[in-house]
Amino acid sequence: MEKAALLETITALIPNAKVIEEGVDRPAIELPPAHLPEAAKLLHDTDDFAFDMLCAHTAIDRIDDGKFELIYQLYSTKFHHYLMLSVKVDREHPVVPSVSSVWRIAQWHEREVYDLFGVLYDNHPDLRRLFLEDDWQGHPLRKDYRDDFMLTME
Amino acid sequence: MEIKEHSTAISEASPEFHQRDMLLNVGPAHPAMHGIIRIIAKTSGEMVVDSEVEIGYLHRAFEKSCEDTTWNQALVYTDRLNYVSACINNVGYCMAVEKLLEVTLPPRGQYIRTLLCEISRISDHLTCVGASAMELGAFTVFLYMIKGREFLWELIEEYCGARVTTMATRVGGMPHDLPEGWLDKLTWTISEIRTILSECHTLLTKNRIFVERMEDIGVVSKENAVAWGFTGPCGRASGIEYDVRKDFPYLVYHEFDWTVPVGKRGDNMDRYLVRMEEMEQSLRILEQCRDKIPAGRVSVDDKRITLPDKQDTYGNIEGLINHFKLIMYGHGVRVPQGEVYFPVEGANGELGFYIVSHPDAHSTDGCNGMPWRVRCRPPCYNMVAGLRPMINNYMIADIVPTFGSVNMIGGELDR
Repeated sequence: MEKAALLETITALIPNAKVIEEGVDRPAIELPPAHLPEAAKLLHDTDDFAFDMLCAHTAIDRIDDGKFELIYQLYSTKFHHYLMLSVKVDREHPVVPSVSSVWRIAQWHEREVYDLFGVLYDNHPDLRRLFLEDDWQGHPLRKDYRDDFMLTME
Repeated sequence: MEIKEHSTAISEASPEFHQRDMLLNVGPAHPAMHGIIRIIAKTSGEMVVDSEVEIGYLHRAFEKSCEDTTWNQALVYTDRLNYVSACINNVGYCMAVEKLLEVTLPPRGQYIRTLLCEISRISDHLTCVGASAMELGAFTVFLYMIKGREFLWELIEEYCGARVTTMATRVGGMPHDLPEGWLDKLTWTISEIRTILSECHTLLTKNRIFVERMEDIGVVSKENAVAWGFTGPCGRASGIEYDVRKDFPYLVYHEFDWTVPVGKRGDNMDRYLVRMEEMEQSLRILEQCRDKIPAGRVSVDDKRITLPDKQDTYGNIEGLINHFKLIMYGHGVRVPQGEVYFPVEGANGELGFYIVSHPDAHSTDGCNGMPWRVRCRPPCYNMVAGLRPMINNYMIADIVPTFGSVNMIGGELDR
């Protein structure tokens, strides 16, 4: 589907979705965290979009705004179109619902984001660290992360 | 005496003794695990009934390191992602940054990138097929294919001076033009690779030992492949017709005549056949690329991005200042605010770079000299995540060919 038509259909179906226009290269919408599970299900199941593949999921530490921005890159193997989904959560209490029941690969992606950013996923079947040791202290990709081994330029 | 007692004990044991499940650790440092990964298999007799995959042994903070480098310095880390086809990583990262900068390479630069990408792709497939054939006992194939890979790496070495960690591109272009006689050497290499491929086809494709270890082993249905996000040869073997080079053409792939091989069954044999056919297609791209390559610049003509010629750096003050402005600490390429996701077709599948430029407190022009966030979408991550259903309910010995056909690369998986 074309970008404009795609965004129009999505906002009609998911009223809470807000279209992001600036600074992005692809169709992008922003969602409040509470609406993520139902929106994910709609995007996956509705035949008009059929976003059946979660390409990538990651987080950005927007430390100036006190938020983590969670990014979901969706792709449809049927229609060959992309969508970027952005969800902002509070840095102090980073809890979002898991989408691993919709896209299975999200299990690993969410473990990775939990490992490196400390974002907690509700209803995740097995939320453990993915890369680092289980007893690692802190979450290294946070901008304010410091440990004894880091070399900093300050 | 002891041995005798022990054997009697086993034969007289109750039937439950034989049915008891056993936990088997494969890896982290096992010869059949390319790189370091741990598979914990719960076995019942020879069958794997359940398994768990543990990764992270090669985690070296790629994404965190990139946040403390300039845009060009981060290129060095991208070499170490997929170290068998490093040029594709370089190209993917550079094109993502160039998309943020809104610059496009001159045609000759794009052709050179295409050449390097396809050479890397063939060398990656040769390594994957060769290594998995070796694990099934076909050592000759391994040697033939590594010989072919060496020819390809010699080409890359001649271009950029390194075989593995290439750093073959720069943000906004290529470091230099092709060396003299390079294209003739490419012609020779293409014919050598063709010979090697036909030899290996003869050795493997109808070889009964090989086929029986590969066919109907590690089957992934199309539905499962989509759910786990399989792309590249593994996805195409399961029937997902998705190739970034066709679906979202970048560089100059749309100018060439080539096809995307797609499998049906999604088993190890299909993954092998798809890789073999892809190498042939890559050779076709290389030939067309060689014939069509235009003359001209290889980098964008923008002094804020591209280093000046060496004779300018050493010959006049403007060139020297230009050089320093791009090299010295605190200077360098400055990228406007924004975020971009750019996928390229890596040897294993979709290799995406999600890059965020976010001006820091020192920024006066709204641009940033360092990435705020670099996220690599490693293609083999999805295949390793989906490895569990591929090895469950097969035999222990089947882990080896299945794992080989997934082509896990520790560098890009663990980052």
